[in-house]
Amino acid sequence: MDRFADVLDRLVTTTQRNGKIRLLANYFRSTPDPDRGFALAALTDGLPMSFPMRRVVAEIMEPHIDPVLYRLSRDYVGDTAETVALLWRSREPHGMAPRLSEVIETLKRTSTREMPRVVASFLDRLDANGRWALLKFLGGALRVGVSARLARISLAQGMGAAVEEIEEVWHAIAPPYTDLFQWLEGVGPRPDPGQRPVFRPVMLAHPIEDGDWASLEPQDFVAEWKWDGIRVQIVSIGEQVKVFSRAGDDISQSFPDVAQAFFGRHGVLDGELLIAKDGEVRPFNELQQRLNRKSVTERMMQQYPAHVRLYDLLFDGAQDLRALSFTERRARLEDWFARARPVAADLSELVGIENFTELRTVWSATRESGIEGLMLKRLSSPYLAGRPKGHWYKWKRAPLTADCVLMYAQRGSGKRSSYYSDYTFGAWRIGEEGKPELVPVGKAYSGFTDEELLSLDRWIRNNTIERFGPVRAVKPALVLEVAFDAIQSSSRHKSGIAMRFPRIHRIRWDKPAEEADRLETLLRLIPR
Amino acid sequence: MAALDPHRWIYPTPQGLYCVAGDFYVDPAQPVERALITHGHGDHARAGHEHVLSTPETAEIMKIRLGQGAGQISEAPLGKPMTIKDARVKFVPAGHILGSAQIVIEHSGRCVVVSGDYKRTSDPTCLPFETVRCDLFITEATFGLPVFCHEPPDKEVARLLGSLAANPDRTHLLGVYALGKCQRMIMMLRKAGYDAPIFLHGALVNLCSLYQRLGVNLGELLPVTERDPARYQGAIVMCPPSAIADRWARRFGDALSCFASGWMRVRGRARQRGAELPLVISDHADWPELIDTIRETGASEVWVTHGREDALVHQLGTMGLKARALALVGFEDEDD
Repeated sequence: MDRFADVLDRLVTTTQRNGKIRLLANYFRSTPDPDRGFALAALTDGLPMSFPMRRVVAEIMEPHIDPVLYRLSRDYVGDTAETVALLWRSREPHGMAPRLSEVIETLKRTSTREMPRVVASFLDRLDANGRWALLKFLGGALRVGVSARLARISLAQGMGAAVEEIEEVWHAIAPPYTDLFQWLEGVGPRPDPGQRPVFRPVMLAHPIEDGDWASLEPQDFVAEWKWDGIRVQIVSIGEQVKVFSRAGDDISQSFPDVAQAFFGRHGVLDGELLIAKDGEVRPFNELQQRLNRKSVTERMMQQYPAHVRLYDLLFDGAQDLRALSFTERRARLEDWFARARPVAADLSELVGIENFTELRTVWSATRESGIEGLMLKRLSSPYLAGRPKGHWYKWKRAPLTADCVLMYAQRGSGKRSSYYSDYTFGAWRIGEEGKPELVPVGKAYSGFTDEELLSLDRWIRNNTIERFGPVRAVKPALVLEVAFDAIQSSSRHKSGIAMRFPRIHRIRWDKPAEEADRLETLLRLIPR
Repeated sequence: MAALDPHRWIYPTPQGLYCVAGDFYVDPAQPVERALITHGHGDHARAGHEHVLSTPETAEIMKIRLGQGAGQISEAPLGKPMTIKDARVKFVPAGHILGSAQIVIEHSGRCVVVSGDYKRTSDPTCLPFETVRCDLFITEATFGLPVFCHEPPDKEVARLLGSLAANPDRTHLLGVYALGKCQRMIMMLRKAGYDAPIFLHGALVNLCSLYQRLGVNLGELLPVTERDPARYQGAIVMCPPSAIADRWARRFGDALSCFASGWMRVRGRARQRGAELPLVISDHADWPELIDTIRETGASEVWVTHGREDALVHQLGTMGLKARALALVGFEDEDD
């Protein structure tokens, strides 16, 4: 528990991703089973037990502290686990700090009625930091700035493995993952998914760069449209269907309609999840309505019908096709599709390539809704996990741009903590009194060089009109050319629009602010 | 003469806490004719008073920080009883910073202690807090919430040294309050065996020199001057907390930001500050120290000058003491 508490505590104040990976990698490498497995569970899938936090806290704190003092403390600290950890005064000299596994095993055997007493005795054996970590651990949501994927990346780093290997067996294992650790340490067999529907690491593309073209031959490649949805993997085995996101998260619950469509149609498929009505792909924000939902109503499914555009076939039934070339897999995919005929799915269209000049014409002329650009896939490539070089390229269509006016700047964090590096910018509209006013349309914190950051920082400090904590309002005098992938309507923003992937394209030191774009111009970019 | 209830001869006014019997104010927020000053921090020792009475060390600090504004200062050595009009007055150590004092005021058979800011944990730069039994104790409550229970300071210093050893390539940028915390941290590092030069932001130099002049041996201190980051690699650089997120700090490259303050007890505050290494070291009493001190004074009545008064006043009520929050204006949440 002490080591886990120490790592957790340091994760809270570590802002750099690499620093977090180092901390966790070291922890996984040097902590015994099954404790490290329970820590991994807390960072990924959650604990293999439910814990009635609210009731336990209420019961253990009631005799421990005056309710007024508890309320004032909770209000100040803003986090229940931390408040309890800081208020707790151990009743007896500390015993040995419990191990994570002891906590889990004891609580599994404990009746709900007895839980408060058992938790209190654990708290007695820990210092303030340990108490905080214990309660965070039992609460299920650690909130230390580590995603499930980052935890797996750290694990891979710590054990000297590729994260894809871990992702491939992830859904075949359960906390405390002892079989996984044994396999990673070379003392046990690879965990066998057996008849369970498990995720296979997906193949990703590199953005194509100007220098790449010269080394590519058009006859070696095929092109496909790049759709603006989310990449999914559908695994249908036996009586089960799972829908996984690109990172291996199980999102089946949000998309029962997709699971239903692939029921009994055995295989592992790679595709793009979209919302489509009458064969028309809908804007991304309609798909967003359906993401991250624990359950979905019939009405939601009718209003935003899911559709899968299939790219690839990894397994045909139980047969692994990943070593085959794209050409062969595509033929098998077409064959599979003809047999299975899943509803709410179709095949991704192949775009023939005569030569790259012609392809560029097609690429630049396409403004169809839902298309982000083109994918180039090498015909001879097998299906490889991760982002291998030289096989798949993504060629995003030229971004949209708008000239916006810098309104607010905020200091960054970590290395950027002394720089104003987060920018809120606006577009002009006519205000209530008939005068032009700026309305915020987006926020960006990338796209500029270090030197430009310095100049922006200096400009902001010299042109501040008001300060609110880490935020400065600036004179409406600097035009930023902002690039973005799309504009969506949004009821959450005052402007009524939301930009997708906004970034600073150019700083227009030369352009007068009055000549920046108007909100109407941006509104016209919303796809209908 | 019958004992006269302290309410009759000491009370809060818009200028600050006023003692009628001696016709003086304690740590007033506005310029007054006669001020008794507990210690040199800016929200207690303000400029513009005509006559000031303070310990010799506080007098030196005020001269450095306020120059001409310090006023006409008379010195009150610690422990020496004095008479001011109808009041008997004595300055006794408060353990907060160098020269810090509680002010003990007696009149007509009753005793009042104004604590100023204080702490009970050890501090190599000043004399320890001395308990004085009294009828009315006027206390601070900067950390007046039961969540505040500071760590043993040696443990925190050991964490800082551990981090230095683990990150020998990174400058450790330590944000500290310029008066008191800075010199205490230096002394604790020295006591823990750290004898390398410590680098100082310009805003800390004068006060450190004063401490040295007053006999506190801080070891080798160097001002931060050059922009060459290699010089500061693996070194401790001390600065005011605000300087860490300032352009000044850029010269140190990928520095590790540390803050030494009681507020670091709460992770949210540490995160807000951007502290990579938060050190829970405070020059103010934590909650258990506040409660214990109040008990030890034997006071039947307690006034709370500033800080998180609600919780402390509530707690004292449940202990059967008369307690009230004075809500004096002008005091800040220092120790930041």
